[in-house]
Amino acid sequence: MTIPFYDGGVAAGLLSGVLFGYALEAAGFGSPRKLTGQFTLRDFSVFKVMFTAVLVCAIGLYVLRTMGWMGPNAVFIPTLFFWAILGGGVLIGAGFAMGGYCPGTSVVGVASGRIDAVVFAIGMVIGTSAFAWVYEPLMGFYMAGKGPNAQTLPQLFGLPEWVILAVLVVFAAVGFRLGSMMERARGGPFTAEEVCAPDDEADEFAMRSGDTSTARG
Amino acid sequence: MRDTPKPFWSPLAAGTVLGLALLLTFIVTGHGLGASGFVTRFAAQANDWVAPQATAENAYFGPFMKAGAPLLSWITWEVIGVLIGAWLGAKGAGRISVKVERGPRVSSGSRLGYALVGGALVGFGARLARGCTSGVGLSGGATLAVAGFVFLIGFFAAGFAVSFMMRRLWQ
Repeated sequence: MTIPFYDGGVAAGLLSGVLFGYALEAAGFGSPRKLTGQFTLRDFSVFKVMFTAVLVCAIGLYVLRTMGWMGPNAVFIPTLFFWAILGGGVLIGAGFAMGGYCPGTSVVGVASGRIDAVVFAIGMVIGTSAFAWVYEPLMGFYMAGKGPNAQTLPQLFGLPEWVILAVLVVFAAVGFRLGSMMERARGGPFTAEEVCAPDDEADEFAMRSGDTSTARG
Repeated sequence: MRDTPKPFWSPLAAGTVLGLALLLTFIVTGHGLGASGFVTRFAAQANDWVAPQATAENAYFGPFMKAGAPLLSWITWEVIGVLIGAWLGAKGAGRISVKVERGPRVSSGSRLGYALVGGALVGFGARLARGCTSGVGLSGGATLAVAGFVFLIGFFAAGFAVSFMMRRLWQ
């Protein structure tokens, strides 16, 4: 058991970040229209990319553990605090649908030139500060519904890990198929040409696809 | 006329590379990827610039300030890496787009208003959930943590509900 290396240095952070940012940008996740297309069912990239990444990594970790190269509790596994984590997920889903990004993708938006991503990031700093100032009265909610430390799905359902992984692979495959059908029915998914045009071209797109006079207010 | 931007990668290709990057992060550091942790540290620092006394006494920000230099952390280097990686990718593929990106029926002004409010909800939600889509959803999900999947259920349910209620924002 020689891994993980527990290296929290500058080079390790930069390496992980560069790969993370490059992959997110290549997926099209610098564009809030592509990202929010998930929730209008026009673009299933968020579901597809996220589930692919979760499964590739989860299967990789499973193999490393099965081969004995990594201990059972070697990596960080978050603990469930049911209400706070569900509520936080709800707020992030709502804010994502309104604002167009989540924290990681807003960094990609900034890096690829989106001015709205800069404003979104300022909003995040305000929201984070607001949380800190109401943290004490919220403490009860924040700690409510605590699950067992670092509980995983195989532990929750009492099933072997490979069974859970197989179920998730089937779930993802079904989601890919249904998603692609819905994308086609709605003229998606968004292409780089559609969402990476400069602003004047975006205005032309807007003129052609809808009456901009209804947009004010 | 400028060059047409190169197409995005297929979701399967981008997801596979993202999954391998996440696996490499677990192998090197023992934890996954994140983003909102940086926002927290930046917010602690920003509050300290404005109101040092109150920030030091704040129950949430206080411990960050006590530990000293909240921005000197792995997550800061990681987020700088994300900026570099995303910029390199966008530059190389002709996908840099300096603009206010918005739905066809929304003015730039109201788009920025929604971005600010959405960002605030996300910032608050990420502190409540003890992480964001990257930290709890993606990285937690990859460890098969129950917390990661509870987060994802809330995230997708609210995303669909709010998007349905505010359809004219993006359509």
